[in-house]
Amino acid sequence: MNPELIVFIIFGTVSIIGAIAVISFRHPIYSALSLIVTFFSQAGLFVLLGAHFVAAVQVIVYAGAIMVLFLFVIMLLNLGTLSAKGALTGKLKGVAVILGILLAVEGVYIAVRALNQTKVGSVVAENAEAALQDNPIETYDIGHIGDLLFSKYLLPFEVTSLILLAALIGVIVLVKRDKQTEN
Amino acid sequence: MDINILEVIVIPIIKVLFIAHLLVIGVMVMIWSERRVSGWIQDRLGPNRVGPQGLLQPIADGIKFLFKEDLIPNHVDKPLYVLAPAMLLIPAMLTIAVVPFGDSITIEGLENPIHLQIADINIGILYILAITSLGVYGVVIGAWASNNKYSLLGGLRSSAQMISYELTLGLGIIGVLMLSGSLSLRTIAGEGQGSYPWEWNFLIHFPAFLAFTTAMFAETNRLPFDLAEAEQELVAGYHTEYSSMKFAIFFMAEYMNMIVGSAVVVTLFLGGWQFFGLENIGGEGSVTAGLISFAIFFIKTGVFLFVFIWVRWTLPRFRYDQLMNFGWKFLLPVALTSIVVTGTLYIATKGNLVWIGIGNTVAAFIVVSIVAGMLALDNNSKAAAQDTSAAPLRGLEAIE
Repeated sequence: MNPELIVFIIFGTVSIIGAIAVISFRHPIYSALSLIVTFFSQAGLFVLLGAHFVAAVQVIVYAGAIMVLFLFVIMLLNLGTLSAKGALTGKLKGVAVILGILLAVEGVYIAVRALNQTKVGSVVAENAEAALQDNPIETYDIGHIGDLLFSKYLLPFEVTSLILLAALIGVIVLVKRDKQTEN
Repeated sequence: MDINILEVIVIPIIKVLFIAHLLVIGVMVMIWSERRVSGWIQDRLGPNRVGPQGLLQPIADGIKFLFKEDLIPNHVDKPLYVLAPAMLLIPAMLTIAVVPFGDSITIEGLENPIHLQIADINIGILYILAITSLGVYGVVIGAWASNNKYSLLGGLRSSAQMISYELTLGLGIIGVLMLSGSLSLRTIAGEGQGSYPWEWNFLIHFPAFLAFTTAMFAETNRLPFDLAEAEQELVAGYHTEYSSMKFAIFFMAEYMNMIVGSAVVVTLFLGGWQFFGLENIGGEGSVTAGLISFAIFFIKTGVFLFVFIWVRWTLPRFRYDQLMNFGWKFLLPVALTSIVVTGTLYIATKGNLVWIGIGNTVAAFIVVSIVAGMLALDNNSKAAAQDTSAAPLRGLEAIE
């Protein structure tokens, strides 16, 4: 067993357990914390793939910023424990079952295909090795990512920034209107 | 093969143990010096009974904490209540892993030079931002699990404050990163800056340096930003319900954050382990030079820690709205300006550091003036719109 596989198994197991815990816990604070654990172990998986930058951004943005806001809101509204019946009733339950089955089939398909092609551990190793062979240091280097963003992926990059700007302006407009109506 | 084991396993373990212990000892020294310096600033003695000059006071404090009853109140959420102190302490200790605390040492018989740093990863500064952003959970979870209104208010304040000031923390360093062209802290400290003070980043990026340092104070929950534990309003804020060693861990984590924060500021802005005249005593890469570089880094960090204490006894605490206004309306624009100006001038002057430094300072001054002017205008129009009978209040608003 190579060390990479062991680390992969650890992070993979933790992220799956975390993901299950998110939907199993009845209390929103515990769910949010489990989600943070999942994000963190996913960052570990990114490191394993050699994508250090993505891993850091995953922790900074998701675990560090978005989840703090989640907790902030949960604490501010002081949400209590959800009842066992929850919100899943009637038609919603049917939709949930269909979507769940689809997702499960997809997951099994991907897993079977990956197992057929090669052993699980070596997929990770091969990907990393292939990337390293293409371009020894620069592949996941931050400079390389910058180059790609401003050349090959310039259009998606600019579109994303426009969408974010629109969201930003939207937030300011909404907040301002609230203040005016209060007065 | 023997050498390989030495290089891959033994030396890193020695480094980790050394730094971890240094951090804990540093916390003890900080507790002592905080109380003594506070006494000095306030013209009183401070603790001076336990040991020479009161040096053993932190140990006495530690023993006291250990033997106090570890109380877990009935109304708390037990698992999270126990977990919270660790969630604050672990990020504080993890951050130091990428900070370079000295130059490299070459020892004969070893293949690679020994870097005086636990791990030189190529995204070092992002790692620091990522781990510090996790530190807030200790405070927030501890506050929530205490099931106490004062604690909860402290936690809410802390999370809002952390999110607001993290932006400045991240944006303030981008100017430095642009000029040094690397995210590795070793490169930023070593190749990015010279050994003379005017070659260090704090002059070139003076506004960003101030903004980053201020945000660092806010991230460590130190005065004037300690709204999360404001005694006069919230008893003790997020750690009201904690006693014994659990409280001590919160306490230690705060000091560790201070030490790590100072070390990061020294690395990014104050030339790291370099100081003129002392570069190559005993030859480049020798053990002597390595030890001297470590001593320089140690002293610089210590001086910055003194500034931490000094500021605590100089500035009064911000009010909550002042805190938010200051973070969003002054620090954030200053940090953003430094990015634009550094980038533009780097291209325009072909990397002339003097012009970049002057441009940064002037631009930040203009931006701050504009914001202050706009706020003053806003206040005036608000005051004019108010009823004249509220005249005494208008004076208060002008102070805001």
